[in-house]
Order: sequence, then structure tokens, then C-alpha cells
Amino acid sequence: MSAPAANCPNCGAPVKFRWSSAVQTTCEFCHSILVRTDVDLKKVGEVADLPADASPIQIGTEGVYQNKGFVVIGRIIYEYEQGGWNEWHVVYNDNTNGWLADAQLEYDVSWPATPPPQQQLPTTPPQRGATYVWDNKTYEVTSITKAHYKGVQGELPFEYWDKADVMFADLRSISGDFATIDYSENPPVLFLGRAVEFDDLHFKNLRLFEGWTS
Amino acid sequence: MSCSLVSPPLVKAKSLSCPNCGAPVTLRGFAHTLSAVCPNCLSVLDASSAEFQILQTFQGKERIQPKIPLGARGTFNGAVYEVIGFQERSVQSGDDFYSWDEYLLFNPYKRFRYLTEYLGHWNVVRVLSRLPEPARARGRAAARMDGHTYAAFDSMKAATSYVIGEFPWQVRRGDTALCEDYILPPYMLSAEQTDGEVTWSLGEYWPGSKIWQAFRLPGSPPDAQGIFANQPSPYQGKVGSAWRTWLWLNVALFALLIVFTFLKSNREVFRQDYVYAGKNSEAAFVTPTFEVSGGNKNLEVGAHADVDNDWIYLDFALINDETGQTFDFAREVSYYHDSDGTEGSRNNSVVIPSVPGGRYYLRIEPEMGPTAPSTRYEIFVRRDVPIYNYFWIAALLLLIPPALTTYRSLAFESRRWHESDYAPAVSSGGGDD
Repeated sequence: MSAPAANCPNCGAPVKFRWSSAVQTTCEFCHSILVRTDVDLKKVGEVADLPADASPIQIGTEGVYQNKGFVVIGRIIYEYEQGGWNEWHVVYNDNTNGWLADAQLEYDVSWPATPPPQQQLPTTPPQRGATYVWDNKTYEVTSITKAHYKGVQGELPFEYWDKADVMFADLRSISGDFATIDYSENPPVLFLGRAVEFDDLHFKNLRLFEGWTS
Repeated sequence: MSCSLVSPPLVKAKSLSCPNCGAPVTLRGFAHTLSAVCPNCLSVLDASSAEFQILQTFQGKERIQPKIPLGARGTFNGAVYEVIGFQERSVQSGDDFYSWDEYLLFNPYKRFRYLTEYLGHWNVVRVLSRLPEPARARGRAAARMDGHTYAAFDSMKAATSYVIGEFPWQVRRGDTALCEDYILPPYMLSAEQTDGEVTWSLGEYWPGSKIWQAFRLPGSPPDAQGIFANQPSPYQGKVGSAWRTWLWLNVALFALLIVFTFLKSNREVFRQDYVYAGKNSEAAFVTPTFEVSGGNKNLEVGAHADVDNDWIYLDFALINDETGQTFDFAREVSYYHDSDGTEGSRNNSVVIPSVPGGRYYLRIEPEMGPTAPSTRYEIFVRRDVPIYNYFWIAALLLLIPPALTTYRSLAFESRRWHESDYAPAVSSGGGDD
């Protein structure tokens, strides 16, 4: 894994990349949001303090999914009226990347659908209960969520710092498959994945909780 | 190396004071907690913001003491969970009112679990991230998941009637949800619908003693009353095995029967044709003597008569030629037939259980009706014949255990389904036992 080093254009602190394809990162020291250009890093914004958060995952947490090791290198924090969730950006040991969602300790792994689905995605969020078939699996829309972008941390595969409101449609199948349609892009982007149990991911380097042993 | 500035690797529990009464409120669920109930004044507080806004104040009078206290920790499938929330949920439909208790279990790494308790019956419940399929089984609604079919049991509108502790959602007293239960004992699939959003969960039946053990609670759990929807039947799987045992015992019995048949000599020692020639016949006659082999074994004396819509009555005496010992008996052979079918048989015989060996002869006195035609009949004697009556009795006795198990299993299931929306019409509305 290449870790090209650069300096934060805002405070001069060293900035390391764990993943060569990262487009954006945050400076650990001054909270600047930094976007990679061909030459150097450019400051495009600043993150506020992260909200109080009880995810057991943190940047640097390692795990295994389907015999492939991964490390957590960044995240997007979303908040909606019923709470919030984390989309952890993970990079696998074959240098591919993906997402690990943690919503109140319910975990889903996902990737952008490749190739994009033949069936046109609905341009506006569908109704709950609507069904779609991707890769011969039937998915049913279980929830439509309007979420606020609450913060970013670490390395991301795209520039993400100025979007405030996002619509998401979550879908599930009978056998534990998981899908999200992300309406922050136009046309919307489909992510496909699976619901996973904590024990199945064999985590290391998790956060600790007062009064608990992991 | 980790970004420790904004996301501390050690997450600390926080404690705040109730804006209504000032009492301290400790949060056990860290930032997952979105609402908490003040333990002192029972106000429901919004815990998602730093300043704990009051969502609902407590108007009721009665306080409920959960059977498992908040903060208790128990071990389930090797992981420790802490009770952080408790709600009583009740159902009012017509004159029917009942309630059950729900405990929210928290572990900082694993998904939330629930414990439910109704009249001493416990379920350990986890939320599913998959969607069971609607199905039909035996003409009624069902749900399918992982290749198993869960039978629809009941549906109800449940209201949260009491709440303490904390929850990862905005809880309120009076919250209602539409609940549907599908059973496959010891499992229960439940669909809970609020605002059109359906959450599926899977419960597993646990006896109270296991719950007490998991939490190391003092004393003993409340006795379970009645039969719960997904309570495993004590006869589950036993009906099939009882019938399998029955089948094998029958095979054994049949083998025994074959061996038994082979051990019998079953030898014919006498056979002779006679003709009954109407009233001109002799009243009685004796047969030639015949040799009966040694030992005290049975002896069959039989008759075959060519009667046609008629009868012949045969009075026998079996006489030992050497000792004069006599066995007296009689048999009737009658055979009738018409367009409706037949009655009787042209054959009849008698088995004398124990006849010593020796030389014997028969004294026979035949009798027929006054107008009977001349009729041919045959007499035979067999030594040591197999008797199958005991086998039939044994086969019948073998039937008792599986039949009894089947009956008990059906009775258990009938009591289970009595509580269901799908209870048989006959027993619905009646008093329960």
C-alpha cells in the first residue's frame, strides 16, 4: 500500500494517505478538508467537531470480510431525525475499496454496483415496498431516509464536503442482501452489498467503552 | 496510527440531570441513546441533544418494577448484554386486555437484542436484516425464511403503556405498533409495523430458568402459565420417533413370527373324506386310529364341508386309544351366500392347547337339517400348529405408545392454537381451562 506523504497546506502537519486512490482526506490536526490535485493538496473546507458518536469502529480499525482483510480509512457521518449512522470507507488488501455502514450497531458492507444496473434506477426515491431485481436477486425498499451530511473524516474516494441534504433508499432481500440508492448524485448511484454480523468481521483495533471489555 | 483528536478511542458514559426534577440520569447506551426516562420523575427525555429536553411527563400513578433490573448484565451466546430499557406493552381489543414486558439489551459492539416475557414465558429476540417472504401453509397465512415456514399465529395492536430506562429511538408512552407473529417452535418471527415501516425480528423461546441463569438473578423465575405461542412441545419430534420405533418393533415381531412358525412341526396326522347322506346316515361313527407324536403340544381338528346355503354341526370326541382320555368339542360349518354377499365359511377348526402324545381316534356325530341334501365333508387333524393370536395382541399393544404420544402431541398443539387468531371456531370465546 502506497502512503505518499504531503503537508497540510493550512497548518503544515504531515498528511499520510493509506490508499493511493484517495481523492480527499482531513487533516488530523487542524480539521481542514484537503483535496488531492496533481501537484499537491488543496484546502477546500473545514470540518466541525465530530458529533458524539458511539460506533465501535474508528479509523485504523481492521477486519476481514470473505477472507479479505480490510482497514478503515475514512468515513461520512449522516444524521436524520431518528438518529445517525456512519458510512466507513474501507480499503481491502487487494487495493479495492468499499463501504461499511454502522447504523446503531447493525452492519452492512457494500460496493458501487459494477457494472451499473441495466434497469434504470428511479430518478426520484421509490415507495417503500417497491421491488427491484439486480443480479437475479429481488430487493424490496424498506426505508427512505432524508439525511443531513454531518461530517467527514479521513480518506474518501471522491470530494465530499459541500453536500447537506441527501435522500437514500435502502433495500433488502430475503437472504440478507442489501442495497442503497444514493440520490446525492444525478443520476443516482446504486450500492450493493450484504448485511453482516459483528462477529463475522473479526475486527481488530476497535474503540473501547467505559465499563466494557471488548 | 489513528485519528484520536476528534474521536477518542475510549468512549465514556455520560450522565446528566433531569430538566424536570434535577435527578441524575446516567446513560448506559452511550451516544446510541436517543431517549431516556428519568428514574425519579419518569419524564421521557430527548437524549440526542446535550440539554435533555422533556418529551413527556409522567401522569400515571403506578410504577412497575421490572423482574430484571436496569443495569443487570447477562450472557447470551457468549456475549455480555446489559439491560438498558424496559417497556410494558399492552393490547386492548374488546374486553380482552393483556400486556407483556420487553427488555432492551445492549452491548457496545453488537446489535441490540430484546427479551420479552409473558406469564413466565421468555423470548430472546434479535432484529433481522432480511425480509421474510409471505407464504401460505395449510390454507392460512405464513412467512418463509431460510427455507423454513413459520405459521401465522396472531396479530395485535400493541401500545407502550409503561417505559423506563433508555432507547435508541424516540420512545413515548402511548406509542403503538401493529405486531404480527408467525411461529415455528421454538422460534417466532415477528413483524412490527410503525408508520408503515416494518421491522422483522426473530425470537427464540427460553425457559425462565435459563434467563435467571444468564443474569445470575437471585431466587427463581415466575412459573410459566399456560402454553405460549412458540413454546416447544415436549412431544416435538417424539411422535415421528414413536412411530418409527413402532415400525421396527413390528418388523421384529414379524421376524419372531416367522421363527415361531418354523419351530412348529405343523404336521398332518389324519385326513379323511366323509359324506353325510341325509337322515339315513349313521348317527355317529369312529375314525381309524392315528399316531400323535410325543410331548404336550397342541392339536388342531378341522372340518371342510361342501355346504351351500346350509349348515352342518359336528360333535367330536377325541379319544386316546391307550388311556381312554377324552376331549369333547363341537364345531359348526355354515356357509350362506346371496346377491348381498356371503356369510360364514366352509371351513372351521378347533385347536386343543395341550394333548399328550399317543394313539388316538375321533368319534364324530354329524347333524344337518331334516331336508339337507347329501353333503361331502372332510376331517383333518394336525399336530403342533402355529397360533397367531398372541401376535395380533402384541401388535395391538405395540400400537399404544405411538398412539398415546400422537394424542398428547395433538392435545398440546390444540391448547397452543387455542390462544391464536386461528383457533378452531368451536373453542373460541369459551372459557379457558
